Amino acid sequence: MTAILDVRNLNTSFSTPEGTVRAVNDVSFSIEAGETLGIVGESGSGKSQIFMSVMGLLAKNGRAEGSVQFKGKEILNLKVDELNKIRGVKMSMIFQDPMTSLNPYLSVKRQMTEVLETHRGMSQDAALTAAVNLLDIVQIPEARRRVHMFPHEFSGGMRQRVMIAMALLCEPELLIADEPTTALDVTVQAQILDLLGKLKRETGMAIALITHDLGVIAGLANRVMVMYAGEVAERANAGPLFKTPQHPYTQGLLRSMPRLDEHRANRLQTIGGQPPNLQHLPDGCRFRDRCSYAFDRCAAEQPLLRTIAEGRAKACHLEAL
Amino acid sequence: MSTAPLLSVQDLKVHFDVSRKGLFGGPTAVVKAVDGVTFDLRPGETLGLVGESGCGKSTLGRAVLRLLPATAGRVVWLGEDLHALDHGEMQQKRRDMQIIFQDPLASLNPRMTVGQIIAEPLTVFNPNLSRQQVKDRVRQMMAKVGLLPNQINRYPHEFSGGQAQRIGIARAMINSPRMIVCDEPVSALDVSIQAQIVNLLMDLQHEMGMSLIFISHNLSVVRHISHRVMVLYLGKVMEIADRDSIYSNPLHPYTQALNSAVPIPDPDLEKQKNRIVLKGDLPSPLNPPSGCPFRTRCPRATEICAQVMPDLLPASSSHYVACHHAGPPD
Repeated sequence: MTAILDVRNLNTSFSTPEGTVRAVNDVSFSIEAGETLGIVGESGSGKSQIFMSVMGLLAKNGRAEGSVQFKGKEILNLKVDELNKIRGVKMSMIFQDPMTSLNPYLSVKRQMTEVLETHRGMSQDAALTAAVNLLDIVQIPEARRRVHMFPHEFSGGMRQRVMIAMALLCEPELLIADEPTTALDVTVQAQILDLLGKLKRETGMAIALITHDLGVIAGLANRVMVMYAGEVAERANAGPLFKTPQHPYTQGLLRSMPRLDEHRANRLQTIGGQPPNLQHLPDGCRFRDRCSYAFDRCAAEQPLLRTIAEGRAKACHLEAL
Repeated sequence: MSTAPLLSVQDLKVHFDVSRKGLFGGPTAVVKAVDGVTFDLRPGETLGLVGESGCGKSTLGRAVLRLLPATAGRVVWLGEDLHALDHGEMQQKRRDMQIIFQDPLASLNPRMTVGQIIAEPLTVFNPNLSRQQVKDRVRQMMAKVGLLPNQINRYPHEFSGGQAQRIGIARAMINSPRMIVCDEPVSALDVSIQAQIVNLLMDLQHEMGMSLIFISHNLSVVRHISHRVMVLYLGKVMEIADRDSIYSNPLHPYTQALNSAVPIPDPDLEKQKNRIVLKGDLPSPLNPPSGCPFRTRCPRATEICAQVMPDLLPASSSHYVACHHAGPPD
């Protein structure tokens, strides 16, 4: 298999009045054609900033270094007009809040056909037909009528479908979905996850699914990358990661989630404390203050991400959990 | 449990008039946010309230505390109808009933120190306490919720979301209330912090014995913390039962769909799972369907569902369901 996206040694930092915040630290990974990679982490773990760097969407005070290759072509810090030939065309991104990503002044039709006319040189009529067709694919009822509506006339779940339809306009090879269901109710979340699964099967598109909810990833992801304080804590195939987490943080996350399919008596196991401030990182392992397995070496030496089995790596000094 | 209820809500309705825009003012429409809800809350019990956004769960929580006026029905607190009390009498009752909000930072006054925030309800109801007594009580409370005593002079913005929620909990608990309405108290928090706050609430309940109304859209958290669970849809109760029944033997098709929609962090189970995917979204509360409000999305709907709203009927002594076709999943 060939990698659609290959990220090597990505470092993303932001300069702020209080000093430099290193949001992403030496992160490397790749996404193969047709696979879904889940990226899990809590707020501030750097999971979104990786892909903002990839898409060239960092805030003005942000800087990304390293290498990002899309199908073998270096795209990190590319000039805007060069980047525009790839983003939105071959890879597109959907966000948590569709209302802020859609233009409230333009009808859905206008927003969708514009993309097709610019990027694919379609005529107005052909573009409209294609847009309606895509709204059908994302299961918007009465697409032919609704395509003329404005974003505010749609419900939250429908807007997210419109966003997905727009992201699919140019038949991208990679879809980056940043918390696509976080703002939605569970029943609507189930609809969107079903839709993403269907698109994955039918189009063979690769998906990067960014979320804080391990449950959301379980049904979709082939592989999972767990982020903590700007670094990769663990990377594994989905099955083994959920069954036998090898990093104490992954284990802690899984144990601290109440599960609907089992009732646990009394207390949840928790991860004590809070994630570190990225401006004042502890020496050694960034997780050690919250880790119940921490020992001397964890304070002295920062654990590097190392391969522990086929397709599996973790950044932890412990041999096994 | 055979003890008398702490709180008894009887056929409570909260309706809002929404004026339709127009130069001469159009006809007013009515949103029935809460429409005939009845339930009891026992001392020391946690009742979970679940449902999608717009189902009326927060409105219900607020009407129970009389933070919103009731359109009809009664909220009986230890034998007295709260909505019949005058302002001063109600003020006295508030000592025993508190609320915790979803966004911890937005619900704390940014210009007050942590000490002042937590002390405020205490001094309102105990004006005779000396400053030292107040300070001691505040420090005790801070220790109980896991805040450090030396943080007493800090301001809310210096705290993370999880810590700020601890401040909100300390403020709610300082008068040892008998009931706390928790309105999505962990929804804004990260997973690892969520578990800390859920444990804290359960520990405090164990120690102090208050009742909780726990409002959340997260069914897994509700399952963990609640003794009983009530499922709402467009302002009406669909099902109410003890925790184990609602999750292992749900009888209402809506509860079944909600349960099956919750993703489980286990790839094998997720792939095997027979998910009931509901069609469409919640209907507009301005124009709810006739009969049973859920019928437009219900896989079991028949003719009668469009005509008659089913009554909430007992399936067992602790399990009530409002559905013409109640029963285990197909």
